Amino acid sequence: MQQITRDLLIEKASAFLEKENNSCVIGWRKGEFDYDITPYVFDNKEDLEKYFVWNDFCGANVSKYLINKTQKYDKTLVFLKPCDTYSFNQLLTEHRFSRDKVYAIGIPCEGMANVNKVKAIAGEGIEKIEFLPEGLKVTNLYGDEPAVIAYTDVLAERCLNCKSKAHVAYDELIGEDGSVISSNRFDEVERLEKMTPDERFAFWQKELSKCIRCNACRDVCPACSCEKCVFDNPASGVENKAPASSMEEKMFHIIRAFHVAGRCTDCGECSRVCPQGIPLHLLNRKFIKDINEFYGEYQAGAVEGSRAPLVDYTEGDIEPYEIFDRGDK
Amino acid sequence: MRKCSIEKLYSAFSELSSTMQIYLPVSNEEGKANYEKWTEGKLWSEALNTERSAKDFFFPQTEDLMKFKTEGKNIEIIDIRSEKEDFVIFGARACDVRSFDILDRVFLTDPVDSFYKARRDKGVIVSTACSRPAETCFCKAFGIDASEPCGDVTTWRVNDEVYFKSNTEKGDAFMKKIEKFTEECDEEKVDEQKAKIKKIIDKLPLSDLDTSDFGGGKTAEFFNSPLWAEMSSTCLGCGTCTFVCPTCQCYDIKEFNTGKEVIRYRCWDSCMYSEFTRMAHGNNRLTQTERFRQRFMHKLVYYPENNDGIFGCVGCGRCLSKCPISMNIVKVMKKLGGNE
Amino acid sequence: MQMNEYKPLIVAFCCNWCSYAGADLAGNNRLNYPADVKIIRVPCSCRVNPMFILRAFQRGADGVILCGCHPGDCHYTSGNYYTRRRMALLFSMLDYLGIERERTRVEWVSAAEGAKFAATMNEFVEKVASLGKNKRLEDLRCSK
Repeated sequence: MQQITRDLLIEKASAFLEKENNSCVIGWRKGEFDYDITPYVFDNKEDLEKYFVWNDFCGANVSKYLINKTQKYDKTLVFLKPCDTYSFNQLLTEHRFSRDKVYAIGIPCEGMANVNKVKAIAGEGIEKIEFLPEGLKVTNLYGDEPAVIAYTDVLAERCLNCKSKAHVAYDELIGEDGSVISSNRFDEVERLEKMTPDERFAFWQKELSKCIRCNACRDVCPACSCEKCVFDNPASGVENKAPASSMEEKMFHIIRAFHVAGRCTDCGECSRVCPQGIPLHLLNRKFIKDINEFYGEYQAGAVEGSRAPLVDYTEGDIEPYEIFDRGDK
Repeated sequence: MRKCSIEKLYSAFSELSSTMQIYLPVSNEEGKANYEKWTEGKLWSEALNTERSAKDFFFPQTEDLMKFKTEGKNIEIIDIRSEKEDFVIFGARACDVRSFDILDRVFLTDPVDSFYKARRDKGVIVSTACSRPAETCFCKAFGIDASEPCGDVTTWRVNDEVYFKSNTEKGDAFMKKIEKFTEECDEEKVDEQKAKIKKIIDKLPLSDLDTSDFGGGKTAEFFNSPLWAEMSSTCLGCGTCTFVCPTCQCYDIKEFNTGKEVIRYRCWDSCMYSEFTRMAHGNNRLTQTERFRQRFMHKLVYYPENNDGIFGCVGCGRCLSKCPISMNIVKVMKKLGGNE
Repeated sequence: MQMNEYKPLIVAFCCNWCSYAGADLAGNNRLNYPADVKIIRVPCSCRVNPMFILRAFQRGADGVILCGCHPGDCHYTSGNYYTRRRMALLFSMLDYLGIERERTRVEWVSAAEGAKFAATMNEFVEKVASLGKNKRLEDLRCSK
């Protein structure tokens, strides 16, 4: 359960809107149910009071919206969870918005719930979700006994493997700052690495063949901020709106992950939004793990202005033909 | 009305599968269902709806149309259409069944789409009533009865038994094929089931969604609404809603050069994409607001205007559960209609 | 040899300033390497986008080799250093997806190393031939 209250955030946001002209607040808006929260741009106090929400389903990383919103508004308030601050920093590093147009409030996060996990346990037909200290109380439409599910059972994968509770960028912080956590986020990558090539191929063939090429993974990604994506450009020769062959699926996903390699903060939005449930973060994490092993530990977004590993080099870098021999030496 | 046990149904499938393909919802490890070709041992999923809609059967995501081969100065055009085989879509839900009517109005009116028609002619639709509609369902708003879906044959699953009712000639032919596995029965159990389903539908939070504000002739009323900008302000511009939608029917025709020949194929397109309906001068919908508006105006105003008032949405709820930012047609209708 | 009629198709991206000249030198010296190697000249190994490599596979290549100047000798000072990082990550990713490691390779070949160029190609073609046709990164539309 989240520790801070909605009221506190509304109070901060309202004061901000009152103080600043032509300003907006990027936050989360309640939906039709208790879990379908929409990231939203609020520009008046009435909407804030009525619709602003803060609960365990506010997983959306809103930092990418700053690129557009700072062009429209003179001043933007943004609420950032610890992992969002990494994306925020990375966008700043890439000069995607101007820092002085933004007022960032860091908010603590206890980990976000994945509604698919809730549905897998409690079933469909959710009428109401209550946030109790001991867990989510889920009432369904069919008159069954309400289920109480522990938060840890429905935490999103990225939150189970949370890398940091520390905010790396903010103007104001609510509550006490946390610290960087040593997570087990590379365990799954290692599990795959230990498989035989045939098993790995079968695994990815199965996962990637689910792709419907909706581009949600790309469009939500704070690191994917090109004005025109190569996959949307008819002149590129690889533009396509459908996975017309299994090769094109692989190409899209390898290149998508490659284009953000060294810039991906591992916020996990790609896997959260995938309508087909493909574990896309495992591609991004493989690059992060390799970068850490080949070129030294690097966390994108941790330090504003840091040089991404793929636009950097040292003379003694590992050779491509050496990468597979490392274990033997 | 006829019935058989689930066990017998699989025996019927076993026999049928030698003459026609059977597709039915099958659950994966996570409990999500998708249509799969039935083979011995595959179980009919009780999940409410498949992740992908059933439109793939008639209007697949990609489909080759023709091929070209050049030799010297000659171009050979190769027609690759082939005779389609009979198939059954078993266990389609009421919303998906209605979606076929909506697609028919696009693809089967002049000029008839022969690729679509070839599949449509060969497909038998066996629908099934929704025993447990979910919170995301709002088919009732579009006049669909989830307790008695349309289709060539309607089925109800009550405990371990399946009840059949044929609605069309195609349905009669199908029932004849599985006759020896089924037995005649009365409608008592089915009526009970229907009443139960109706009770759930009445409880659904979105069942009373008001559609009266929309329909043909409303373009002027909504087109310039300032609300579009607000609603689309966080839209990512991905194609999830359009690709999981059972009624979205836009496609693009593209060519692929294999090095030996050129394949002309079509694939689903999405009005959310920057390249949608791109013309010589570029895209005529420059911002996401305009693209967002196009999708909902099409479903709620343009489509009914051209199709006797029928809406281009069936209330299956897939976009509600799949949209990365949880913005969807229900929220749009409530906001535009002033019923927020 | 009659048993093995299969001949792999190899795409070699060669830097204009070193390995492309190296290939030339190999030719001038009458050094043999299989004609199945198709050379694509690039201004610098750094010009090679990971997509080029994937597209080569898509269009029917069985192996892709990238040849550039020795580290430190780049005509543009540092291009090949970036290539080295990119390809290390790309090859590792391809392996992660279960694609045979031996189908991709980076080799530093200078303009003076005609013999090395021929030897490298001979060795690479042999290796790829032993793997057989590229099945895991093929586009069925192209291979028909």
